[in-house]
Amino acid sequence: MSAPSTGGASRDGYGAALLDIASDPRVVVLEADLGKSTKSCLFREEYPERTISLGIAEQNMMLVAAGLASCGKVPFASTFAIFSERAFEQVRNGIARPGLTVHICGSHGGIHTGTDGSSAQSIEDLALYRTIPGMTVMHPCDDLSARHLTAALLNHDSPSYTRTARNKTPRMYDDETVNSLEIGKGSVLRSGSNVAIIANGVMVHKAMSAAEELSTRGIDATVVDMHTLKPLDTELLDRLAIECSGIVTVEDHSVIAGLGSSVAEHLSQTNPTKIKMLGVQDHFGESGGSEELLEKVGLTREAIIAASESLV
Amino acid sequence: MVHKAGAGHPGGSLSAIDLLVGLYSTQMSVSPDDANNADRDRFVMSKGHASPAVYSILHEMGFLVKSDLDGFRTMGSVCQGHVDMKWTNGVDFSAGSLGMGLSFGLGCAFAARLNEQDFHTWVMIGDGETQEGQIWEAFMAASYHDIQNLHVIVDRNRIQNDDFVDVQMEIGDIASKISSFGWSVKEIDGHDMEHVVDALSWAANTPGPNAIVAHTVKGKGVSFMEDNPAFHGKAPTDEELSQALEELA
Repeated sequence: MSAPSTGGASRDGYGAALLDIASDPRVVVLEADLGKSTKSCLFREEYPERTISLGIAEQNMMLVAAGLASCGKVPFASTFAIFSERAFEQVRNGIARPGLTVHICGSHGGIHTGTDGSSAQSIEDLALYRTIPGMTVMHPCDDLSARHLTAALLNHDSPSYTRTARNKTPRMYDDETVNSLEIGKGSVLRSGSNVAIIANGVMVHKAMSAAEELSTRGIDATVVDMHTLKPLDTELLDRLAIECSGIVTVEDHSVIAGLGSSVAEHLSQTNPTKIKMLGVQDHFGESGGSEELLEKVGLTREAIIAASESLV
Repeated sequence: MVHKAGAGHPGGSLSAIDLLVGLYSTQMSVSPDDANNADRDRFVMSKGHASPAVYSILHEMGFLVKSDLDGFRTMGSVCQGHVDMKWTNGVDFSAGSLGMGLSFGLGCAFAARLNEQDFHTWVMIGDGETQEGQIWEAFMAASYHDIQNLHVIVDRNRIQNDDFVDVQMEIGDIASKISSFGWSVKEIDGHDMEHVVDALSWAANTPGPNAIVAHTVKGKGVSFMEDNPAFHGKAPTDEELSQALEELA
């Protein structure tokens, strides 16, 4: 793979995707005041008649979306990841339980969000939503994959939650390679038989960078962009567990019930494998720069390298 | 139903039933032969614990058969404890958690506007339910967006799970509060069928979102249940059932 190009943030991909699918009249966009931040504002500018502002009222937004879905619309509702959590029970009881196809986007997920501080840094959103029966849960790594996977939701027949990130990250895909992405299928960015590094979101490019350094030290690493946390690509996990001597999971999310836990829940029952879980270790964040914060919680290229070496 | 299941909510079903009879007999355009017709009127029972009242109406309308009612609250029954659109033909909303139905109805009304359909959405909420903040988020949004064909019926029976509403959390003049959110409001006696039918007609023909605050009696028609908080969520005994059926006959 050539050196990654700098793209936008994954939230930019969400906004672009809404325009990509706007020609379908079923698409309705719902906002809870943060459209400029989640990037649903791009849709609003072009299609104000199909954009519904609900004000700072996330609980109402989720059920309005459910009502729209019950009448044949395909609603895309967005707010910050953390504020979507306020409406968790609405998502659980009002959307998922009756099986209504509402697509929720939580932007500004993870401590990567930065200087706003811990109140804005959702580190438990993916864990929460993956406990709900029938929910699809995604966390793309760059703007192009967020755009592709969001657009794919148009024909996805179950409710979903997608976390996007506030800040720009290097692109892992280009306009061509991104088309191979499918909801529910992990994307193997690099193949190696010594260790598998499974990452999502803003940590994917760090996993790739770590793998490149590992190769200079004689360790061949597979890198997976596990953009879909649920349904989890268990077929890929089983193959990696057999092929590699261990697995490192990397996520800008609590290590409790996130990507690492998902991988362990599956493999412990099929192919028990040594797993090192890198993530936020059960504590809140604080204000700071994205990179400073990731370094403080141990989500660095060097930490991925060390974890990988310990498994070989 | 409630007696047979040994559990359920008779009080809030009896307070609502006259309103539901009026609604389904004079306003709701629905048919069991075409239950999912996209142009049908919607009924959102937000106080979903009053499911026995809804199931009784749906039985009368031909959506359910007697054996469905007999299965109320039992494994595999289409008559779940709280009304559920996934389980029951003719039910438009999955209730059970209070405060959500008006938002859902608002979504249906938005869809009608976007699709250029003229169906009406009727939402019944309980008075205790207005303690939920989400209800007011929805009232605010409906008038701001100048929503049409959305109607709320407040079952003002003055009792909630634990006690009288005004003991648990006083809600005051609910009609004025709703009115202050930009809605047209009418107050009626929810057991006077002439008032009920007239108010429903008024709502259906009044522009903008509107609400009927129906003053009702919890447990209406059964002397020992009337105005008795104990019968919010309790099944009658064998003797109580006999007496209730005699009084209602």
